[in-house]
This record gives sequence, structure tokens and C-alpha cells, in this order.
Amino acid sequence: MSTQSVLFDAPGPKAKRRILLLNIVGALIFLGLIAYLIYGLYGAGQLTPEKWNVFATGSVWTNFILPGLIKTLQSAAISIVTSLIFGFIFGMGRLSHNKFLNWISTIVVEFFRAVPVLLMMLFLWIMLANSGWVQPADSPFFAVVIGLTLYNGSVVAELIRSGVHGLPKGQREAGIAIGLTRTQSLSFIEIPQALTAMLPALISQFIVILKDSALGYIINFNELLFMSKLVGTGNSNTFQSLVVAAAIFIILNFALSKLASYVSGRLSSRGIA
Amino acid sequence: MEGYLSLWDEYGARIMESFWANLQLTFWAFLISLVLGTLLAIMRISPIPSLRAFGTAYVNIFRNTPLTIIMAFGVLVLFGVFKLQISSDFNLNFFQIAIIGLSIYHAAFFCEAIRSGVNTVPLGQAEAARAIGLSFLPAAQLVILPQAFRGAIVPMGNVLIALIKNTTVALAGSVAEISGLMKTMIEYRADQGFLIFLTVALMFVIIVVPIGLLVTWLSKKLAVAR
Repeated sequence: MSTQSVLFDAPGPKAKRRILLLNIVGALIFLGLIAYLIYGLYGAGQLTPEKWNVFATGSVWTNFILPGLIKTLQSAAISIVTSLIFGFIFGMGRLSHNKFLNWISTIVVEFFRAVPVLLMMLFLWIMLANSGWVQPADSPFFAVVIGLTLYNGSVVAELIRSGVHGLPKGQREAGIAIGLTRTQSLSFIEIPQALTAMLPALISQFIVILKDSALGYIINFNELLFMSKLVGTGNSNTFQSLVVAAAIFIILNFALSKLASYVSGRLSSRGIA
Repeated sequence: MEGYLSLWDEYGARIMESFWANLQLTFWAFLISLVLGTLLAIMRISPIPSLRAFGTAYVNIFRNTPLTIIMAFGVLVLFGVFKLQISSDFNLNFFQIAIIGLSIYHAAFFCEAIRSGVNTVPLGQAEAARAIGLSFLPAAQLVILPQAFRGAIVPMGNVLIALIKNTTVALAGSVAEISGLMKTMIEYRADQGFLIFLTVALMFVIIVVPIGLLVTWLSKKLAVAR
């Protein structure tokens, strides 16, 4: 990070001593906090082996956590694909010179970006179950996927739009010059470049999708958090189960965010982003 | 249409009450998470390695945890297991736990927004601050952060908008807010389901879209001329 070298000089001997002192004080406070937390948890009987041993048995993983994780990953993966398709279509719409298409796409994108995903999921969940279009048991899954698609697809549409606006004008002019129509120039020349430049932001959006799939817990979708809660209720170790679920989410998302910064590093070394 | 209007007669007051809860959640969580986020941002840019490590760990943990887990944690663990009582009033207790959850989660995002603002401050500003003899904290307070905040208006506005929408997740924290009421209303009157959803959705659009416009306007008005 360049900010670190920006904000302070290379320390001299006096500043070095002060930084060392503050560093030790900071570390002690930090460790003290952790110790306090562990002590509190121990005092409340949350660190006893029987609360955690469940996670050493295979059946908890094969019956609850892994099936939940698979549902989470499944709904997230499908939502990523459908969001990209949705974003591509409405991104094109927002870039279109056709007034009507542009207008419709703007309203759709702005609406779904402003409405909480949870509202869409709750609505779709109840309405899909009542409508009979899907099996009532499947309606949480569809509600999660459609809700995530509408919101994140709208964000992707905005990303595509701003990506295309960020391209040099010559790209489109060259496309038009070799006889492509505006739509062709958009889909073959501009959007592929915009997507590459926007790849880090796009991957960050995938993290949002993965995280928001946990909203399915509220509408009884049997994803990771939902299943972990079941484990917690069954073994009276809710605290431990939620910690395990959170840890799995953190690891997955952290890996994705590392991928995003790796990709953005690669792109900037190629001179694209 | 008549069925829809009769719903307003029946639920109108509760709709406003519930939405007011969302706005209150937004207000308190915004204040707390902005302060917490600023502190974290200062930690992350400070010369002291242990504070930087703490800031980084905080951001990586809470930015990557789904808000739903934090909210469920509040009601199932803090309240359910540890019997946390901030307020003696049963509902107020959940409300305040939800504020804590929202604040902890969004502080990580405010921290990153402010840090991205720090990146917009040119090197010369920090060098000038050092040249006139300011050490880290005065330089941050007088020179870097005022410019950083102005450069971070758009990302901070985006976090605020996300926060407004995320107050609906307080449903997982047993708070009586608008998404829970919407669910009850749709279950009760499935024939009016679409209009009920549209009504509640538009309430958010009415709040969120003007804030988005305001943020864009502010970011242009307050942009540091360079």
C-alpha cells in the first residue's frame, strides 16, 4: 500500500522508539481483548469440548453443513450466471440509443438497485409458493436466485455501462469504421473490453452474491446458515455452529477477494485497468 | 383496488411505524459505524503495525461475514445463549442489538470507503504537512482526513444506501420492521401481494434515490479542486 509511505516519514531513532512503544501497547490491548473474550466464553461454558466435539464427527458435516454449503454455492453460482446475463441485457439497454429501451432499462435497473434484496425474496417466496408455478418446497430456492439476480444483475448492468463509458472513444469509432452496427460494436468490441476492465469489481459483486445468499435463512432456504442453526438447536451449541458457518463464509469470501485483487494486479500490469 | 385501499385502513399506521423503525435503525447505525469506521481507517493508515493489523483483521472478518449471520448471532447467541440485556424492554433490547450488529458490519465498509478517500489525496499534501512539522495524528486530522472525506463521499454514500436497505435484515434479529410487516401482510392478503410489495419497495425507492442524487451532487460540490 502506497498510503503508508505517504502519511509518515521514515522514522528517526526517537520516533522508532515511540512507534515500538505504541506498537507494544496496541498489541497488549489487542491481546487483552482476545483474552477477555476467551475468558468470558470459558466462564460461560462455551469452550467446553462437548460443545465443539460435534464438529469432529462426520455425520454433522455430511448431514448438515456440507449439504447446506452445497445449496449456498449452488444458489450463488446460478445467481452469478443469471446476474451476468441480466446485467448484459440491461447494460445494453442502458447504452442503447433507442429512447424506449433506454428508458425501460433505466427504470428497471434503478428500481432493483434501490429495493432491499430481502423484500424481493420475501415477496417471491410467498407468491411463488402460492402460485403453483414451482413446487412449494422449491420456492425458497427460486426466491433466493431470482432476488439475487434482479439486484446483482442491475449492479452488473451499471458496471457494464460505466465500463463502456470508460473506454477510449476510438474503440467504437474503429468498430463503426469497419462497418459494424452500434449493437455489434457494443457486443463484440466494447462490452468485452469493459468486462475485462471491470473484472475486479465484478468479482467483488460475486462476493456480495455469496454473502447475500445467506438471506435465504430468513425464508427457510436450507442453505449453510439455516443448516448450521439446525445443528446448533440439535446439539445446544448455537454459538459454536454459527461461528463455524461464519468461518466458512469468511474463508470463501476472503479467497474471492484475494482473487479480485490478484486479477486487478494482473490487469494493471497489462495496462488495461 | 378497493381491497388494496382497505389494507391501508387496516395496516397504514403499522406500515409507517415499521418503516420509522427502519429509519431509526439507519440513523443510529450510521452514526456509530461512521465513528467506528473512521477510527479503523486511522488505525489502518497509522505507522503502528499492531493497530494496522487489528484494523485489517477487523475489516477482513466483518466485511466477509454475511450480515444475516451477524443478525442471527445477535438474537440466537447474544440474547439466546448469553442472555444479553441492554434494555429491560424486550423489543427495545432486540432493536439495540440490531443497531450494534448493523454498526459492526458497516463500520468495516466505512473504513474501506474512507481509506479509498485517503488514496485520492495527493502525495504532496502529506509531504507538505510533514514539511511544516506535523506528526502523524495532526497531519491526519488537519490535512489528510478532511480531504479524504471529501474524496470519499461517493463510496460513503454507497455504504449509507446499503445500510438503509440492510436495515430490513433486522428481521433476522427479531426487530419489528417493514420487511416483517410486509411478509405478514402478503401472507394475510396474497391477492394483493404484488401491490403490497410495490408499496413497500417504493418507500425504499423514495428514500434511496434522492440520497443517491444528493451524494452525486455533494461529491461534485465538495470535490477538492486540483
